[in-house]
Amino acid sequence: MAGADGDDSLYPIAVLIDELRNEDVQLRLNSIKKLSTIALALGVERTRTELLPFLTDTIYDEDEVLLALAEQLGNFTMLVGGPEYVHCLLPPLESLATVEETVVRDKAVESLRKISQEHSPVDLEVHFEPLVKRLASGDWFTSRTSACGLFSVCYPRVSSTVKAEIRQHFRTLCSDDTPMVRRAAASKLGEFAKVLELEYVKSDIISLFTALASDEQDSVRLLAVEACVSIATLLPQEDLETLVMPTLRQAAEDKSWRVRYMVADKFSELQKAVGPEITKNDLVPAFQNLLKDCEAEVRAAAANKVKEFCENLPEDNREQIIMTHILPCVKELVSDTNQHVKSALASVIMGLSTILGKDNTIEHLLPLFLAQLKDECPEVRLNIISNLDCVNEVIGIRQLSQSLLPAIVELAEDAKWRVRLAIIEYMPLLAGQLGVEFFDEKLNTLCMAWLIDHVYAIREAATCNLMKLVEKFGAEWAQNTIVPKVLGMANDPNYLHRMTTLFCINALSKACGQEITTKQMLPVVLKMSNDQVANVRFNVAKSLQKIGPILDSNALQTEVKPVLEKLASDTDMDVKYFAQEAISVPPSHSSLFTPLAAVILEPQSPQRTTTFSPSVRWKVLAADGATSC
Amino acid sequence: METTKLPPSSPSSPTTSFSVPSAEKVDGFPRRSMRRARQRRSHSSSQFRYQSSQVELTPLPLLKDAPVAELHDLFCKKLQQCCVLFDFLDCVADLKGKEIKRAALNELVESVATSRGVLIEPLYPEAIKMISVNIFRTLPPSENPEFDPEEDEPTLEASWPHLQLVYEFFLRFLESPDFQPSMAKRYVDQKFVLQLLELFDSEDPREREYLKTILHRVYGKLLGLRAYIRKQINNIFLRFIYETEHFNGVAELLEILGSIINGFALPLKSEHKQFLVRVLIPLHTAKSLSIFHAQLAYCVVQFMEKDATVTEYIIRGLLKYWPKTCTQKEVMFLGEIEEILDVIEPSQFMRIQEPLFKQIAACISSPHFQVAERALYFWNNEYILSLIEENCQVILPLVFATLYRVSKEHWNQTIVSLIYNVLKTFMEMNSKLFDDLTASYKVEKQKELKRERERAELWRGLEEYQERRMQMLTEAARNQRNLQERGERGDTLNPSSPQTAHSDQPEPKPSGASSGAGESAT
Repeated sequence: MAGADGDDSLYPIAVLIDELRNEDVQLRLNSIKKLSTIALALGVERTRTELLPFLTDTIYDEDEVLLALAEQLGNFTMLVGGPEYVHCLLPPLESLATVEETVVRDKAVESLRKISQEHSPVDLEVHFEPLVKRLASGDWFTSRTSACGLFSVCYPRVSSTVKAEIRQHFRTLCSDDTPMVRRAAASKLGEFAKVLELEYVKSDIISLFTALASDEQDSVRLLAVEACVSIATLLPQEDLETLVMPTLRQAAEDKSWRVRYMVADKFSELQKAVGPEITKNDLVPAFQNLLKDCEAEVRAAAANKVKEFCENLPEDNREQIIMTHILPCVKELVSDTNQHVKSALASVIMGLSTILGKDNTIEHLLPLFLAQLKDECPEVRLNIISNLDCVNEVIGIRQLSQSLLPAIVELAEDAKWRVRLAIIEYMPLLAGQLGVEFFDEKLNTLCMAWLIDHVYAIREAATCNLMKLVEKFGAEWAQNTIVPKVLGMANDPNYLHRMTTLFCINALSKACGQEITTKQMLPVVLKMSNDQVANVRFNVAKSLQKIGPILDSNALQTEVKPVLEKLASDTDMDVKYFAQEAISVPPSHSSLFTPLAAVILEPQSPQRTTTFSPSVRWKVLAADGATSC
Repeated sequence: METTKLPPSSPSSPTTSFSVPSAEKVDGFPRRSMRRARQRRSHSSSQFRYQSSQVELTPLPLLKDAPVAELHDLFCKKLQQCCVLFDFLDCVADLKGKEIKRAALNELVESVATSRGVLIEPLYPEAIKMISVNIFRTLPPSENPEFDPEEDEPTLEASWPHLQLVYEFFLRFLESPDFQPSMAKRYVDQKFVLQLLELFDSEDPREREYLKTILHRVYGKLLGLRAYIRKQINNIFLRFIYETEHFNGVAELLEILGSIINGFALPLKSEHKQFLVRVLIPLHTAKSLSIFHAQLAYCVVQFMEKDATVTEYIIRGLLKYWPKTCTQKEVMFLGEIEEILDVIEPSQFMRIQEPLFKQIAACISSPHFQVAERALYFWNNEYILSLIEENCQVILPLVFATLYRVSKEHWNQTIVSLIYNVLKTFMEMNSKLFDDLTASYKVEKQKELKRERERAELWRGLEEYQERRMQMLTEAARNQRNLQERGERGDTLNPSSPQTAHSDQPEPKPSGASSGAGESAT
């Protein structure tokens, strides 16, 4: 006990408070972020009696400072002396929960929720619950909004009289005058319902839910849809029809597209919450309507749910429901006028094949896949291609390959580099599914063409793609098909292409093995150490470092080492740097460089790397015929 | 009771003209955006959802040919005819029907605008119904989710050929000399107004222009709705500021408010002050401030001119929300400050000069030359200059160090020469003070550095202390654990000692001081 508060006198509160009051916002913010340090210096007693009153009374500040304060106070329990004193934190948090700025208020509520758990049941009733009541009956909407988030944390732990009061307050806020408060109440309705006893869910929550779901503002109504999921989960099946369904049906046909969008967006959750019977009778027609909605936003949200909805249908007549009710709508969406709708559909439609089985897939789904593969919008095609694995399991990819190829080729040459990038990422998958002959015949040229793309990200991805292909098809295949082409690029007049050769070697050497690396790749790398462009030379150094572990020690000693030593005395400081780096930090097992490093190297500061980029940029500009590609 | 000054034909508007869009504007929409709109929205729109079966319209006799006895009946029939909605996204659908409705609307507009005695009581519900059916609709989702009102072309309302005439009719209806507020208020109620306000979110500027004029008339004529309208506008603004950051009609609503504020009675009600402090000032935080800044600044200045005592709230509010990274907004803020200073009362100026000139000094040292330049221009304003001169003793020490430093450091020559002018002005104002400050500049700098060092020292000490505490606590926790372990092995002397009572306590977290653990160990 002795030393705990012994240092108090060192830090008069005035000095610390001066820090919290500093004129410079940034300094103030820094001090607030270290509030726990200050509290620790003061000790628990003085934190309670001096620091917290100061924070409560005098902090009127920028929102950013208040946000930091609200966050800190949530972790202050120990600093005020543990759970028995935690209620001391309530006054400052209460005033923070009433400020205008939403971010601050939300953080204050979050902290209040956190420390509510640390209150004993008695303290909860004596200190916490009165605070909630004060907030709930505040003048300005901000405090009432904050109150909405606090009911559910104290309700389970208070006596039944207090519970009744809490319910009453919540009810009042649900019919508040300002839409902001109603929105807050609606968004907490589900959470509150979860902590209520079932009888009150039926008597109180349902009427509030119904009222909010028919609010005059659509921003309130749509939040009621979210609550619907939790409420429906809580109620016994037999009550759903009378208590929830009328409201849900109404929401699915709301005149505001935002509400319908919300229904579509939450459809899977709703489906699970209401169970198979209601799904069959009510949700299937509702889902059909959403798929045919007049607003594209709603259709897209519904299209996104097609697979999940079908998956969760009751198994006994799932196929029949899909075939007669859902599939016709899906067919229409394939030729929707809005590309977002089509691409949402394309991202899930392939998943239907596992549900419907081989025959149905071939007869009904395949034509849709093929149509989407020819869609004018690249995103749609891409989404189909990226989900090919689902179909592969069911019918095999061959069925599609005829249509696949033109689609892939077109995407591979798309004007948008992000589209090209996306298709590259599916290449290994496609190669695996289509087999090596098909690949060599149709796709290999594409893969090589990407290496000389004018966007770096594409060249990089193409390099990585080659590595994955070699891992799939083996070193022999690599030696016959891609290595010669890659090495050929070492003589390209464009230095960027020459560098691509090096990047490819970095990526491929491991998959190709020692033989190919030593015999074919190494000579090319070594030759490139004489390149005119410094960027190529220092990439040679990097490459040598990279492929070092794959080479045998003889090659390292006789071939690599002299070249690196030469590069280490290059006129260019970056080349020097990377050559020394390669000598000094040999990857794992090649121990032969270690003594050498001790001789050559001055202690090298590791920060060096950060300084190199400007000079490199300059160098590229000054380089020989290097086009900017 | 406050009064709203309503000029007979158009409300006083600060910046933009308040005229109803002219005919060319209506017909000559840019073809590109039309084409784009059609292409993108070729499905249909929410507006036409509930039109199951389309009614075939048949032309009715002309109003001007109708005998007086049948005039009202015919008027009523035309209103009903105009309740039929047409799909304008399909531009070739039902051309005949569209033409009949257009002609009927034209006639209705004409009739309300020119002939007296047409508006009799039974027509009110029919007219309001026709208006409601046509204009109230859920606005479609924006075509462009990142719609930037400054850069992008707005999506224009496809059904504008009819919608415009409906708005025109509504406006003429409200402005008609026969218009009776006592009858209208039964139909133009709170629900109606709420829906009207939601339409201000329309992306189509032509629609917002009409709405602005119409809401202004409604506010002027239906006194019972005034408080409600103000409250709902507040709600829209608060949602805009704190929830969605998106509402297309902020500028239009502010324009109306400008003229409402103009009519506030004195002394200002607390409701109105609250509106200023909690809504108008926070509106300055919006990302899209540039779109409505002129109207907002006008409202703010209106408040000050009404009641000078709100000046301090305003200036302190602006300082609180001063932009930190957006220089474009900073220039706008400086512009607004100048507008405020232009009309500020000297006594009010003295109350806020200190925080204000600290901010101005910060702006002068901004590396962005437009910000610095805008702040330095204050010294070209005669009235502001006279205020500065009167309070030279306070202001000069606040800005001197900045001016002195920036004059030596700023990269932009224009700024440097502007600062020299300002320094020269100050020298002429009070050469004694100026000399003193120049002399003490170095000393002050030193003091500042010293304070800086002291602060660093303080925090270092605090952190060391924290570290020591933490170590102590971990050690305490370890001791406690050892004791417990001994207790569990059974070789402790006192198995029921308080230490074992703590056995279920978690180890103290590194961020907090667990008093329980500390006690048991020492």
